Amino acid sequence: MSTHPLLDQLEAAGVVGRGGAAFPTHLKLKRLKELNVPIGYVVCNASEGELGVKKDAYILKHFPDKVVAGMIAAMDFLETKEAYFNINKHYYDLYGPKLKTITDQVNQEQGKLFHFYIEEPSYIGGETGALLNSIEGKRAQPRLSPPSASIVGIHNKPVLLNNVETYFDIARVVEGIFKPTRYVTMTGSIINPGVFCVNRDLTVIQTLEQTHNTPSFDFFIQVGGSASGEVISRSQANTHLLTGCGAIEVFPANAQSRDVLMRWFEFYFKESCGKCTPCREGTHQLYTKLKQLQSEEPIPWDSIHAIITTMKATSFCDLGKSLSIPVESYMKNILGVKI
Amino acid sequence: MQIIIDQKAYQAEKNQCVLQVALDNDIYIPHFCYHEDLEVEANCRTCLVEIVKPGADTKEKIGEIVTSCTLKASEGLVVNTKSKKVIALRQENLSLLLSHHKFDCGTCPRGSICAVNESIVKNKVDITKYQSTPTDMPVIALGTAAEFDSNVCIACNQCVKICEEIGIGYLKLEGKGVNNRVAATDDPKIDCIYCGQCTVHCPVSAIQEQSHLVGVEAAINDPKKIVIAQMAPSVRVSIGELFKMKTGKNIEKKLNTAFRKIGFDKIFDVNFGADITTLVEANELIDRIKNNGVMPMFTSCCPAWVKFIEFYYPEMIPHLTTARSPQIHAGGAYKTWWAEKEGIDPKNIVVISIMPCTSKKYEAGHKKLKIDDMFPVDYVLTTRETATLIRRHGIDLETISSSEPDVLGEYSGAGVIYGASGGVMESALRTVSYQLLGKNIDRIEFAEVRGMEGIKKATITLADKKIHVAVVTTPKNARIILEEIKLNPKAYDYIEFMACPGGCIGGGGQPIPSTKRIVKKRTEGLYKIDSTKSCRSAHENKHAVEFVEYCRQNDKKSHQLLHTTYSKKQRGE
Repeated sequence: MSTHPLLDQLEAAGVVGRGGAAFPTHLKLKRLKELNVPIGYVVCNASEGELGVKKDAYILKHFPDKVVAGMIAAMDFLETKEAYFNINKHYYDLYGPKLKTITDQVNQEQGKLFHFYIEEPSYIGGETGALLNSIEGKRAQPRLSPPSASIVGIHNKPVLLNNVETYFDIARVVEGIFKPTRYVTMTGSIINPGVFCVNRDLTVIQTLEQTHNTPSFDFFIQVGGSASGEVISRSQANTHLLTGCGAIEVFPANAQSRDVLMRWFEFYFKESCGKCTPCREGTHQLYTKLKQLQSEEPIPWDSIHAIITTMKATSFCDLGKSLSIPVESYMKNILGVKI
Repeated sequence: MQIIIDQKAYQAEKNQCVLQVALDNDIYIPHFCYHEDLEVEANCRTCLVEIVKPGADTKEKIGEIVTSCTLKASEGLVVNTKSKKVIALRQENLSLLLSHHKFDCGTCPRGSICAVNESIVKNKVDITKYQSTPTDMPVIALGTAAEFDSNVCIACNQCVKICEEIGIGYLKLEGKGVNNRVAATDDPKIDCIYCGQCTVHCPVSAIQEQSHLVGVEAAINDPKKIVIAQMAPSVRVSIGELFKMKTGKNIEKKLNTAFRKIGFDKIFDVNFGADITTLVEANELIDRIKNNGVMPMFTSCCPAWVKFIEFYYPEMIPHLTTARSPQIHAGGAYKTWWAEKEGIDPKNIVVISIMPCTSKKYEAGHKKLKIDDMFPVDYVLTTRETATLIRRHGIDLETISSSEPDVLGEYSGAGVIYGASGGVMESALRTVSYQLLGKNIDRIEFAEVRGMEGIKKATITLADKKIHVAVVTTPKNARIILEEIKLNPKAYDYIEFMACPGGCIGGGGQPIPSTKRIVKKRTEGLYKIDSTKSCRSAHENKHAVEFVEYCRQNDKKSHQLLHTTYSKKQRGE
């Protein structure tokens, strides 16, 4: 039982974190409120560093007022006047002016204080600890937890950190216009790419159908982000729901393993912050191993798997751990590689 | 509380990490980024253990692999440090970690005394498994004291943390992903003071002293040279750690034999130099008090501290005592007074200091200290380099016999406590009181200036005169006191400053690991030597007294051999 109308409404609407973790938003707010300490900032994560995801950009472009309204609702609930947009530089260049017009007006009329932290676009920049460190002027590297990064917050004041879409959803709840929908980015070998608003309970196949993207050829899918999302077969897509971060990438069934792996390895290699050994060196090894592989040589699954497993079990943060999701599911669900 | 490691129960304190419990009980777990005095980094990911049974407050699950540096001891916790899973993952992370390490063990001043080497052997690591793309970043010199090679760095962050913690912040990690390496700050207001705390916190020798081993071995092998070894106070109670001997145990007599075996011709002692320094400094303090000189007077025997003043607070230079430092006083004495007595051509003398310090290398190279175009000290070896030299000569310190030093190896108890924070102060107080009264006072020990605290303050009454003193370690604490003096110039009469935590005994050239607990034990060793000496004051060291009198025969000698000057320093100077 929640104790505040906002929490009740959010719970009833089933609003969850749209960064991908799907943690119930009302619980996150409740937990912060129950700390009984002054909350520093309400922070909007507009980093969107995940490969193949553009839904936050879409929302910032079309509904910036809603995002700000969702943040204001959270600020009022948590009784803080200050907020931060952690926004990647590309997005700021595109949507910053409009957002700033809105926040300037809010600052003036409602006595709020919205700040912008313009981030060098990166994957790690969206990780809670790294994001908060960046705002504090430190290196964009994850924090040791416990204590939870958002409880330590910014300059030792707890923060509420949510994804762009989550604030958008909060606003829709507050304004009484909420529908059980979500945004999904469709990419890959499809005819109708783009960002779509779909029912949140769809299966992957239904999402392809409704966005007019059902391929005419045999295919497999990565769902939840083109870097860290899970890879599933066509048949698994029939029952697999639209989980994680809203994104679907379609691969033709005959996609070369080397190309599929290379995109992940190169991305992680370039995006690893370098803090911990398995991710720093592991991503480097994976990338160079594959790059140096002659075209006739078989893919060294054993050594790839050894590194992936080590990264999964021992990386400092979720970035390093997450590479195992696409690679292992691809090996298991598509290739049937036994390790 | 009790926790179980590898089926055996161990006592642990609340909030202690499992890695520390293991290390305290001689259970081997590899680790590179962990240091008990620093905030947990948890980035090397090698100190892995498996959870067999979670403790009362342990959130991890059965079978989970976790870093023991972040795992808190909790009632009922059971871990395994040797499970198949742990071994495999550790090996993998060590192979990955060391794929970046340049293996030049033959010329490395660490020799075989090395955590990398230990981790490879104990974990059966395949170091050929992962080839790294070789990087070719230049080796960066930290003055003439130390240097860092980013190509060897494993980004553990210990150097950065300690440099920040002592109050300098010269080092940083920079670069993303595989390029994450140590680098120097480009802030023009920050400069390295050569204290070498980074070197004693580097687990892989990416940052280390600029080695003088090649020069030392060449001098020893040159039959024309008379090679003098002089050892600083701290070395005798700490070098044994690198030979699995007890921390704090004085092994100077074994070292005398070892040095002779290696080929040194004379075994003298920096403590003799310390006694000279005390005589000169005590005299200057009394002179400043009587003749309204610049007060308070600061000690100057720590070259890193002097560099700190010369770069960060040049306006405070007049406060520094003009007394040279112990190694320089002694080196000068050998090459003039002693050489004359012995009828030796001083150009054939090679003086080698064995120091717990890296900044002493920098100091030894100061041209301003030259005497008749000779450097008083030719080479400086750190405690660690000295251990490597002993190893290279196949000497077993445990079984080697004891022997006495040569004549200038005699020293007072006041000389030996120079190694500890407060020791220079205490030595000076012993001699100042004698010089003021013309006789020894009843009191010999000044406990109020001893101990590990970064700032110690005391008011000492000597011959009806109250002297306000302070003893300070690390630049961070020095800044506090210097700012206090700016507001209240009369707050103190005499202040001892040292750059390293605990003083020279916690110096940058000391054995790895060097922790507060270890430094405390080494310090106890120094005070034990002092308490058992019959000669406990500098003015009772007849050789030191004789040399100072020799110098005071004329102004030129006195200036050349006893005193020095300072100047504002630019970045990197």
